Amino acid sequence: MNAWLGFEWRVALRFLREGRMQTLLIIVGVAAGVAVIAYISALINGLQSSTLTKTLGAQAHITLRSPDDVVTPARPVAPGTATLTETQPRAQRLRSVANWQALLPLLEQMGPIEAVSPMVSGSGLALRGEATQAIALMGVDLDRYDRIVSLRSKVVSGTARLEPGEAIIGRDLASDLGVRVGDRVTLQTSVANSNVSDAVRVTALVDLGVKDLNRRTVIVPLRAAQSLLGLPGGATSLDLTVKDVWHASELAQDLRQRYPYKVESWQENNAQLVSALNAQSVSTALIRGVVLVVVVLGIASVLVVSVVQKRREIGILRAMGATRGQVLRVFLVQGAVVGAVGSVLGIALAVLLIWLFTHFVRGSDGLPLFSITLPLATALQVAFIATACGVLAAIAPARRAAAMDPAQAIRI
Amino acid sequence: MNQAVASSALIELSEVRKSYNIGLPSEAEVLHGLDLRVARGDFMALIGPSGSGKSTLLSIVGLLERMNSGSYKLQGEEVQGLDDAGLTLRRRNALGFVFQFHHLLPAFSALENVTLPVLAAEGRVSARQLENGRELLAAVGLSKAMDKRPSELSGGMQQRVAIARALVMAPALVLADEPTGNLDTASSDEVFVLLRRMHAERGVSFVVVTHDPRLAARCDRIVELIDGRIARDEAVSR
Repeated sequence: MNAWLGFEWRVALRFLREGRMQTLLIIVGVAAGVAVIAYISALINGLQSSTLTKTLGAQAHITLRSPDDVVTPARPVAPGTATLTETQPRAQRLRSVANWQALLPLLEQMGPIEAVSPMVSGSGLALRGEATQAIALMGVDLDRYDRIVSLRSKVVSGTARLEPGEAIIGRDLASDLGVRVGDRVTLQTSVANSNVSDAVRVTALVDLGVKDLNRRTVIVPLRAAQSLLGLPGGATSLDLTVKDVWHASELAQDLRQRYPYKVESWQENNAQLVSALNAQSVSTALIRGVVLVVVVLGIASVLVVSVVQKRREIGILRAMGATRGQVLRVFLVQGAVVGAVGSVLGIALAVLLIWLFTHFVRGSDGLPLFSITLPLATALQVAFIATACGVLAAIAPARRAAAMDPAQAIRI
Repeated sequence: MNQAVASSALIELSEVRKSYNIGLPSEAEVLHGLDLRVARGDFMALIGPSGSGKSTLLSIVGLLERMNSGSYKLQGEEVQGLDDAGLTLRRRNALGFVFQFHHLLPAFSALENVTLPVLAAEGRVSARQLENGRELLAAVGLSKAMDKRPSELSGGMQQRVAIARALVMAPALVLADEPTGNLDTASSDEVFVLLRRMHAERGVSFVVVTHDPRLAARCDRIVELIDGRIARDEAVSR
């Protein structure tokens, strides 16, 4: 029984070994290409995931609010009737999401949704002594909200706890008010033209990653915020996190169709960021494509030269009983071997580049800019594609070798 | 009884025509309706001036090239209509080649060169086949050069490796194209003696293309080709 491609492997490897310098050069070329592809992929993935983590670390993937108040026409307009009106848009008052207690378990049961957290948010003032700061007041259920923005991981001082009469505030706000963990702060809001105030004890200071948020954020229990903002039992929004952040937009669209609420995904709220990430992805794909084309052309050109150089050997192999198919496969195997060996070396080089980046490229704070890793799946994918490109590159030269007239090849 | 077995003819060519550059102004017919029969056990010299069609005839007999018209029976089987795979299979099983310039593969050792046809046919070389290759190399006097690369061997030694390789699949016929054309007189004599010995010991038929009348005279039969036609076909009397 024929050993699987025994002849092809043996001859292909000998041909490659015979053209040592040519083989070495093209393997180095493939390795460089694979290293660039793998490194760029890892770098852009790391950069994007770091940017996303920073951006989404302080906000929900999807926010569901009650619809905006709109001015409705005084009387119905008959179809085909032209009207000339000037409408003053309505000021949006703080309103609760209708029926949110019933909606919450329904949302939690949806497969793509990871967590749901009700929130009451509004503006107010934080007072301490003579200092007064404008704040964004957020009332949450701590355990639920922690699953949205990982609040506990952002604590820089104290312990995240939200019992009645307690609050978690942004690091810079604490600094502006001269507050430390355990100190009391007075929160003041305005409801129906009268001031409402409540004194809270600070249990933790948090760093939300954005200075403006750190300067304004005050997080209190849901009930406390409901009282301060005049929305007893209400929630101004439901914050959602989803399992796949890139599907948030589609899910938001789906929710808009299902429920009569205003639903916004993080992509809609960060359109410029999404455009930048998309531009990065497209650029990366282009670079990968161009490098792959260069790799294919490199392998193909070396094999074309090899076919010309080995005309006589090909003729002898045919005279000795090698079939056209065997000659074809000898060159395909050469392409595959060059691609595979180049891939392994290229992946090793990419790992080295990533190590160098992680250890020597630091931000102003002395910490790595962001973490980059080369997932095994990506490495295998790149290696597989490069090997397939090796075979692809070998097709034309291999066909040429297989089609060679043996009698003519021997006479040369 | 099977016709192929019954016939003692290894090769039967009749009315063979071969042209090059068909349809072009430079079209030229090289073989003009040639008839040739090679019997089992023949040791035949094919001679003739340059351009007489010897190499073309050898390529057609070796199934490396197709004729334009005529009939070619190899071991009683008509091969004219076979596809490339069919021709390759018959070439592999029935024919061996020795070329003027040795044509060994430089990346393989002498023993590997000898066993390459086995590797092509079966995808592997068994211990028994490897031993057969060693015996053949020993038979051509190269038992000490089995692991050497062609570049480490003299011209005569390389040609002996090529002869061993031509015999490894136990072919019925070996086609030798100027096997001594690139060798000095001493090596040339050695190689020719070896061919004759292989013919005598193994019963393989040989068709030897040569320009050397001295060597042709040492064959059993001489066929002379002039302008694509057989001008002489006679047994050598000793």
